[in-house]
Amino acid sequence: MRNYLRALGAVIWKDLAAELRSRELLSAMLVFALLVLFIFNFALELNVKARLSVTSGVLWVTFVFAGTIGLNRSLAIEKDRGCLDGLLLAPVDRTAIYFGKAVANFLFIMVVAAIVLPVYSILYNTNLFAQPGLLLVIVLGAEGYVAVGTLLAAMAVQTRTRDMLLPILLFPVILPVLVAAVKASSGYLQGLPMVEIQPWINLLLVYDVVFTAISFMVFEFVVEE
Amino acid sequence: MSDAPLIEVDHLIKRFGPKVVLRNLDFQAYGGEFVALLGPNGAGKTTFLRILSSLSGPTMGRVRIAGHELPRQAAAVRRRLGVVSHMPLLYGDLTAEENLRFYGRMYDVARIDEQITAILDLVGLAGRRRDLVRTFSRGMQQRLAIGRAVLHDPDVLLLDEPHTGLDQDACEMLDAVLRQVAARGRTVVMTSHDLSRVEDLATRFDVLTRGAIRASIGKVDMPRDGLLAFYRQSLEKARAEGEKGGR
Amino acid sequence: MKNGLSSWPKALIVLDVLALLGLAFASYMVFVYAPIEAVMGPVQKVFYFHVATGWVGMLGFGAAVVAGIAYLITRKTVWDLVGLGAIEIGLVFMLINIATGSIWARPIWNTWWTWDPRLTTATIMELVYAAYLMLRGGVEDPEKRARFGAIYAIIGFISVPLTFFSIRIYRTIHPLVIGGNDPTADGSFAMTPAMSTTFMVALIVFTVVYISLLWHRIRLGQLGERVERLRIQHSV
Repeated sequence: MRNYLRALGAVIWKDLAAELRSRELLSAMLVFALLVLFIFNFALELNVKARLSVTSGVLWVTFVFAGTIGLNRSLAIEKDRGCLDGLLLAPVDRTAIYFGKAVANFLFIMVVAAIVLPVYSILYNTNLFAQPGLLLVIVLGAEGYVAVGTLLAAMAVQTRTRDMLLPILLFPVILPVLVAAVKASSGYLQGLPMVEIQPWINLLLVYDVVFTAISFMVFEFVVEE
Repeated sequence: MSDAPLIEVDHLIKRFGPKVVLRNLDFQAYGGEFVALLGPNGAGKTTFLRILSSLSGPTMGRVRIAGHELPRQAAAVRRRLGVVSHMPLLYGDLTAEENLRFYGRMYDVARIDEQITAILDLVGLAGRRRDLVRTFSRGMQQRLAIGRAVLHDPDVLLLDEPHTGLDQDACEMLDAVLRQVAARGRTVVMTSHDLSRVEDLATRFDVLTRGAIRASIGKVDMPRDGLLAFYRQSLEKARAEGEKGGR
Repeated sequence: MKNGLSSWPKALIVLDVLALLGLAFASYMVFVYAPIEAVMGPVQKVFYFHVATGWVGMLGFGAAVVAGIAYLITRKTVWDLVGLGAIEIGLVFMLINIATGSIWARPIWNTWWTWDPRLTTATIMELVYAAYLMLRGGVEDPEKRARFGAIYAIIGFISVPLTFFSIRIYRTIHPLVIGGNDPTADGSFAMTPAMSTTFMVALIVFTVVYISLLWHRIRLGQLGERVERLRIQHSV
């Protein structure tokens, strides 16, 4: 068990350290996210009234799209320099690799959120931090997204059509996360009573548990040869 | 040399869909041997090495390393294996030291700081310890790759054409490291295109062609500068046999 | 090497005949036997084919998941063919389901599309099918292709009920036909015995058609494998 945790920690540390040096992944995700925010401003007439109802939608679309960039890069790094083999050769359970990658990806999305939220608040003069419930939704939503996303990215990166394929595979499958996250975020932002938000939070929890478990069980089959 | 072979391969068959790459391959290696695996492109050398390194599974047949059966007991085998492929398996954005530390953690290496220093000395990269691997030349990366492969003191070292893309100087440096590494009684299996390189290093030469090992000769039995002739003859013989068999 | 692929198995011939007859019979029942529904008129008859194809479309997904799990456990390529065929054919039936759903919706709700749970989920399922095929298209190694297909089928299959629930909590306009007997609910209707019979017949017939098509598809795949094997043998 200690061995497993050590390997898990090593994978996470390695991803974070490498990213800290090059900052390629984070900068790509951030720039993309900010661009998307700006585009939304011009694509949707976000007057003050309309804004309240679309804020969560805009935020989550941004996260979902920026997220695919991060997922793609994270797995592509391993595949391109053959490093995936290096990971597979290690005498540890393959799921340690899965969890390590998933946790690192999760942290990257959190970093993006940590920057997008204040930027959005400033740009549109809304205080997104007034409701701490929003943070809970982001954490739950990101977990489900990353759990499935890491697995599917590991597959997509082994195909010819690599970059195009991940969104095609991922988006239909994370729809429940998107719907629930948007509705729950909206609920918190509009100050709706907890009883209306609860079903969405429950759905997120169910999704997270189910898909983390399945991805974990199935990952071995994705990386074996 | 010990009694039982460290690596035993019996009737190995590997298929990719309808295509058969390895057919009834038999192979053995005893402790301390340095086997050079020669063969033309597409013969299946890389596939064979990937199976030995547990990255790929056999379609049929038996593969045993250090008494453990692949792929069933792969986890036990991996600890005893060190692998160098033609890709360096190193992270460009990390320093040499960080790369070794990462792999050290993955392999649960004891006294890791000492070991890292020792390895860096072994491969002649002590001075570049804190440099990003991205800045290394290919030769340096390969040397570090070998360092990574022996960090956890494996019994078996598998190398897939490690000299690819290296100039003369880099090759010689690599060979020096290989000699040191092999001298510790490790079993080494190395595939290569470059006959002149392996002639000095190896204790045995096997020729893999048309999916199986068709010829094998120990260094002691080989006439000086006879490797090229031996190799050509083996290929010729295998081709003739193949045609006769009508396949 | 006799594979039995050169001849058409008797069971399959029987199945094909049954399927064709069944389709004819079901059409008769739908257009002649079943009564015209009071409120919606003739267009309601789309319902029989709509639900039947939807059922088969989902059956296809179920079959693909079972085949996927079977493949991952046994590694026999025939399971991969089953999975692929199930999804390919399911894709077509699901498309018919969506199209007929749209046709039915137009006169009833005066719109070609409604974002209700069932129709939306059906479309998303269709997108998952399409993604499955694109995933396979991007992988050259047959073994990897089979493995990835199996994995994605499993993931997709589990996401569908969750998608359905999420959208259902989100909106509801689609008629609750089974069990919903409230005639005031928009677009729903009570089924007379004649309608029920027609409905069941349609379901059974389409299932038979599906199995027959799937069987043909598997045979086609096996034939293709044999050709590939021969091609490689003779090119060496």
